Amino acid sequence: MTLTIRNASKTYPDGTRALLPTDLTVGEGEILSLLGPSGCGKTTLLRIIAGLETPDAGTQVRFDDEDVTRLAVERRNVGMVFQSYALFPNMSVRANIGYGLKVRKVPRAEREQRVDEVLALCRLGDYAERAVTALSGGQRQRVALARAMAPRPRILLLDEPLSALDAALRDSLRDELAAMLRQFRITAVFVTHDQAEALAIADRIAVMSQGVMQQVGRPEELYREPVSSFVARFIGNAMPLPGTIADGHLILPGGRLPLAAGTSDAEVFVRAEDVHLDEAGPLSGTVETVAFSGGHYRIGLAGVTGETLFATHPGRQAPRPGDSVRLRIDAGDLLVLPQDRS
Amino acid sequence: MRLTLPRLLQLAVTLLTAAFLIVPAIQSILAGLTVNYFRGLSSGFTLRWVGEVWRLYADSILLSMGLAVACLGVTLVIGVPAAYALAKNPGRLSRILEEFISLPLAVPGLALALALLQLYGSMTGFRTSWTFILVGHVLYTLPFMVRSVLAVLMAMDLKSLEESAATLGASTVTRFRTIVVPNAMPGILAGALTVVTLSIGEFNLTWMLHTPYLKTLPVGLADSYASMRLEIASAYTLVFFVMIVPLLMAMQWATDRAQRISR
Repeated sequence: MTLTIRNASKTYPDGTRALLPTDLTVGEGEILSLLGPSGCGKTTLLRIIAGLETPDAGTQVRFDDEDVTRLAVERRNVGMVFQSYALFPNMSVRANIGYGLKVRKVPRAEREQRVDEVLALCRLGDYAERAVTALSGGQRQRVALARAMAPRPRILLLDEPLSALDAALRDSLRDELAAMLRQFRITAVFVTHDQAEALAIADRIAVMSQGVMQQVGRPEELYREPVSSFVARFIGNAMPLPGTIADGHLILPGGRLPLAAGTSDAEVFVRAEDVHLDEAGPLSGTVETVAFSGGHYRIGLAGVTGETLFATHPGRQAPRPGDSVRLRIDAGDLLVLPQDRS
Repeated sequence: MRLTLPRLLQLAVTLLTAAFLIVPAIQSILAGLTVNYFRGLSSGFTLRWVGEVWRLYADSILLSMGLAVACLGVTLVIGVPAAYALAKNPGRLSRILEEFISLPLAVPGLALALALLQLYGSMTGFRTSWTFILVGHVLYTLPFMVRSVLAVLMAMDLKSLEESAATLGASTVTRFRTIVVPNAMPGILAGALTVVTLSIGEFNLTWMLHTPYLKTLPVGLADSYASMRLEIASAYTLVFFVMIVPLLMAMQWATDRAQRISR
């Protein structure tokens, strides 16, 4: 199913604008992530798609050719995984998963068969008769996913599906969730504030901030070609290089960097992995901190920009704090963005 | 465990307290079963007084049971949806309403009865019907049902549970029936226990509202103490015990059972 959203916005009765007019299209079988810090409007948009939130007039939500904007949530046929999972504590795992089929009056035999299928897909067969209160966090998440999928929804919506888990579990379940979503081959929208989650799971990511959709694209696009400083900072932690631009160069406290021709009135960013230690480099700085993290060193440098600039150094040896070093940043690795007006 | 002086004192106080509570009960039960209380147990045991109580007060016993059941029915039909509405709209208005429902708890039963009499006393058909007493009992017991159910509903994540049921295709009525009520069951049963017990035992409001033809169990008890021999009154107490204790135990069992998961 293709999801099309036109002009979606939400204003609360107290005047707070949670979501400013937004357009979005999610293709058949595509997994799209709504990514942004808390309060950016991503959950509001998800709830508008589900029908749990009444959007402002002018909003249009379409499932394929059908306009569902005014269709009640219980008739939209969406599957939703809630942040808290919201499993029904009065029912067993099997009854939870079968609930959507039961309220739709699917005959018992067919219902049992569908539940068994989903139980197997989500590797929950051994837990079918258990009480949901007796499950671990990861198992609960799978039950929530199985329950949402059992009635064969038109679209799957996930609201921070991993945030209720502890950090160690989250990493392993992230890949598991990605694999399961691919297996279902369903159009899916999932909300997260964690860029690693979005990068690992989504086909495309929509970055949101303060009720505005900043950029929509494949993970690589967002990483390599961010359109705003917000996206650059949020995805891959790009660091600003605040300096003045004069005759084709960026002038920093630690030296001059050549820029592409015709650049003026711009903000320049760089990522730690693109800052190289190089004795012949044009920039100079002083090592402040050195942290070893397995495959590389993370080196904090003072004196290059006003703040600490980090460099990822892959060598076998690292300079010591206090050492003076020279640095190189290739012109192609600089992210040159228009000035942020906000 | 050695019996030190503090331990002995503790034990003595516990036993004394237990005796203080249980001896009058035993004495009262025995009084209802002896042939002649003033001659003591040596006069022998009899069930004559119990039979006498049944002959004189069977109507009161049946009326009280009927009232309790009716009162439970009405508080369930009004109280559970009311608690649900209060839990769903946690605004200031809801808090005010909740206090308003609880008002009969703070007002003495006599005052409540007087108000009912002043307002409806002239409607003879209603005044002399058992439903008049029922209204009083419902007013008095409703807050217990509402509060008990509300406490359970507030303790769970009602909003998420209902929203997830809605995305799965459940209408408002289906959600109430399959999600809200089953999950509120411990509260509903605890409330039911309180309502039935209070309705059967309620005296001061009922005493004001009753007519000579409509005596409930406690009103009958007062009547028997005032106008019958002591053996009959004591036998009455025994009947009261026999009725209410199994009821309490059955309700307690039901509450425990509801807390376990139901499929």
